[in-house]
Amino acid sequence: MSFINLKNVVKVYPDGTQAILNSSLSIEKGELVVFVGPSGCGKSTLLRMIAGLEDVTEGEIDLDGNRINEIDPSERDIAMVFQNYALYPHMSVYNNIAYGLRSRGIKKLEIEAQVTNVSELLQIGDLLSKKPGQLSGGQRQRVAMGRAIARDPKVFLFDEPLSNLDAKLRVQVRLEIKKLQRKMGTTSIFVTHDQTEAMTLGDRLVVMNKGVMEQVGTPMEIYYHPKTKFVAEFIGTPSMNFITGSIKDKTFKASSFAVPAKYEDKDDVILGVRPEDISITKATTGVKCKVELIEKLGSSTVIYCVDMKENQLCVSTQSRASVEVGDTIHISTNNKALHFFDRETSKALTK
Amino acid sequence: MKKVQFKSKYTQYIFLAPTLIIISIFLYLPIVQTFRDAFTTQDAFGFGRFFAGWDNFKFVLSDPSYLVALKFTFIYIFVITVISCSLGLLLAVQANKVIHGKSAYKTLLIWPYAIAPAVVGVTAQYFFSERFGILYALFNSLWGFDWTANIFDAYIYLFIAGSWKQISANFIFFLAGLQTIQKSVIEASLIDCRSSLRRFWTITFPLLMPTTFFLVIINITYGFFDTFGIIDTTTIGAPSGETKTLVYKAYIDGFRGLDLGAAGAQSIIMMLLVLIITIIQFRYIEGRIHYN
Repeated sequence: MSFINLKNVVKVYPDGTQAILNSSLSIEKGELVVFVGPSGCGKSTLLRMIAGLEDVTEGEIDLDGNRINEIDPSERDIAMVFQNYALYPHMSVYNNIAYGLRSRGIKKLEIEAQVTNVSELLQIGDLLSKKPGQLSGGQRQRVAMGRAIARDPKVFLFDEPLSNLDAKLRVQVRLEIKKLQRKMGTTSIFVTHDQTEAMTLGDRLVVMNKGVMEQVGTPMEIYYHPKTKFVAEFIGTPSMNFITGSIKDKTFKASSFAVPAKYEDKDDVILGVRPEDISITKATTGVKCKVELIEKLGSSTVIYCVDMKENQLCVSTQSRASVEVGDTIHISTNNKALHFFDRETSKALTK
Repeated sequence: MKKVQFKSKYTQYIFLAPTLIIISIFLYLPIVQTFRDAFTTQDAFGFGRFFAGWDNFKFVLSDPSYLVALKFTFIYIFVITVISCSLGLLLAVQANKVIHGKSAYKTLLIWPYAIAPAVVGVTAQYFFSERFGILYALFNSLWGFDWTANIFDAYIYLFIAGSWKQISANFIFFLAGLQTIQKSVIEASLIDCRSSLRRFWTITFPLLMPTTFFLVIINITYGFFDTFGIIDTTTIGAPSGETKTLVYKAYIDGFRGLDLGAAGAQSIIMMLLVLIITIIQFRYIEGRIHYN
C-alpha cells in the first residue's frame, strides 16, 4: 500500500465552486511529487486538504495507512512550508523552529539539540537570535525549512515556497531542497506553477487543470508523452506548436503541409510539435515560413514565424542561425516527435 | 502631483487660518485661562482676582476628597480598561471566526460606540433605577444591591455603564487588528500547535500587541476625560463623593462650587498625570512590542 493515498477526493466550496473534481493519487514513501498547473487549477487546495487546512468534501485521504480526513492538522505529522514563509514575526529564529516542538511537550534539552542540528544542516546557526524581520528572503526561506524539518514529520508539504525569491536564488534553493529531500528521504509534495521547477524537482509530476489531474507521471513521461493537449502545452518552454488538420491514409494534412501519422483516419486532429523538434532546412522541401520575431537566448535561438497559411509556428534551434526578421526560411519537423490530439476531447490519439 | 506655487507669501496662512482660529479659541485659550485660574484666587462673586501662587495646588492636594477622587479615577480606569479590553478582544476573536452573517455581527457590536457618554448614562439609569431597573432588582435580590448607599455597589453601577460603550470601541480595533495578522501565520500555527488556547496566547495575542497598546492608551484617556457625561447622568458622585472622577470633581468644584482656582489646579495636575502615564507607556512598553 502506498504511503499517501487520495481516493476520489472532491472539494466543493460553500459557494458552490468546485475546486477539486474526483481526484485519486498514490504517493510512495520517500517520493517527491510535484503538483503543477496554472493558478486556480486546484493544486494548492489539494495540498491544503492533505495538510488539514481545508476540509475534504468527499473522498478519503490516507497517510501511512490511516484515514486522516478528520484528524487535526497538528496531529497529522506533516510540516508545511508556505509561499510567504509564514514565520512568526514576534519570535526569534530559534523560537520559530522550537515552537512546534515545544507545543508537543518535548523536553527542553531535546529541543535545543534538535534546533542546533537543524540550524547546522541549513547553515542558519548565526541567525538563531534574530527576528524574521531582520532576515533576507533567502534566509527566511531557510528558517521556514528549518521549522518544517525540526519536527521530523512524515511528510513535507511545500506551497510554492520559491515564488518570492529572485530568479538566481530560486535555482539555488531549488537545488538545496532537492538535495535535502534526497538526504532525509522524507516523502514530499511540492506545489508550483513553474514548470521548470516542477521538471527539475519532481520524481513524479501531477499536472493539474481546472480541478482535474490531467496526467501523473515522471517528468520525462510527461514531456515526451503528454496525454492531453493541456499537458503538452503547459510543460515545456517555449510552448508546443499546435496546428489543426486531419488524418487520412496515415498522413496528417494541415493547410500548408503534411506529415506521416500512423493513426486511423480522423477529422479534427491537432498536431503538436515542440519548438526544438523543428529545424531549419537549407532545402526548399520544408514548409516555407516568414520570420516575425527572434529571441536570442545565447544557448538557443527562438524564432517565431508564420507559414503561408497564417499558421503561427515557434522554432527553437541550438545553432546560431543567421536569420533576420522578415527572412523567408524553410522548416521541417522531426517526425518521430510528433503528438496528435483529438480536437474535441483534447486527448492524445491512441494507435 | 501638480505643484502649486503661491504668488503671495501670505496665501498659505489664509488656508491655515480656519484651523488655527478654532484651535486657538477652543484649545489654547482655555489652557491659558486654566493656568490663570490655577494661580489666582477669585472671590465668589467674580469681583476680584489676585495672584495666589501655589496656594490652590496646596489646597487641592491636602483635600481628602481630592484623594478619594484620585483613587476612584485610577480604580475606574483600571477596571474599565481590563473589562472592556478583554471583552472586546473576546468578541473580536469570536466574530472573526464567524463565516455567515459576519457583517451583521460587526454592525451590531459596533453600534454602542456611536452613543454619546451622556446617553449611555441615561440608558444605564433604566437598568439601575431603584424603582424599575432590571439589574437593580436582580442584584438587589442577590445581595441587597443599593448604589445610593453602598460604595462598592455604586462602583459596579459605573463599571458596567462605563465599559459597555468601550467594549464596542475595543471590539472594532481588535477585529481590525486580527485581520492584519497574516492568514498563513495562523495556518502555520495550526500545524504547529494543537491547543487553540495556547495558539491564541503564543501567536495571536503577541501579534495583537500594537493594537492592545493603542487601546490601553485610548481607554486610559477615556477613563480620565470622557466619563463626565456618564457620571453626571448616573451616580453624580453617590453615595457621597466616592464615585467622582478627577474630571467630574474639577467640574463640580469649579462650576458648582465656584472655586475656579481649585478647579484650575486640578486640571493642571490631571494634565501632568496624563503626561507622565503616556511617557511611561511609550518609553517602557512600546519598546517590547513587535510591530508588523
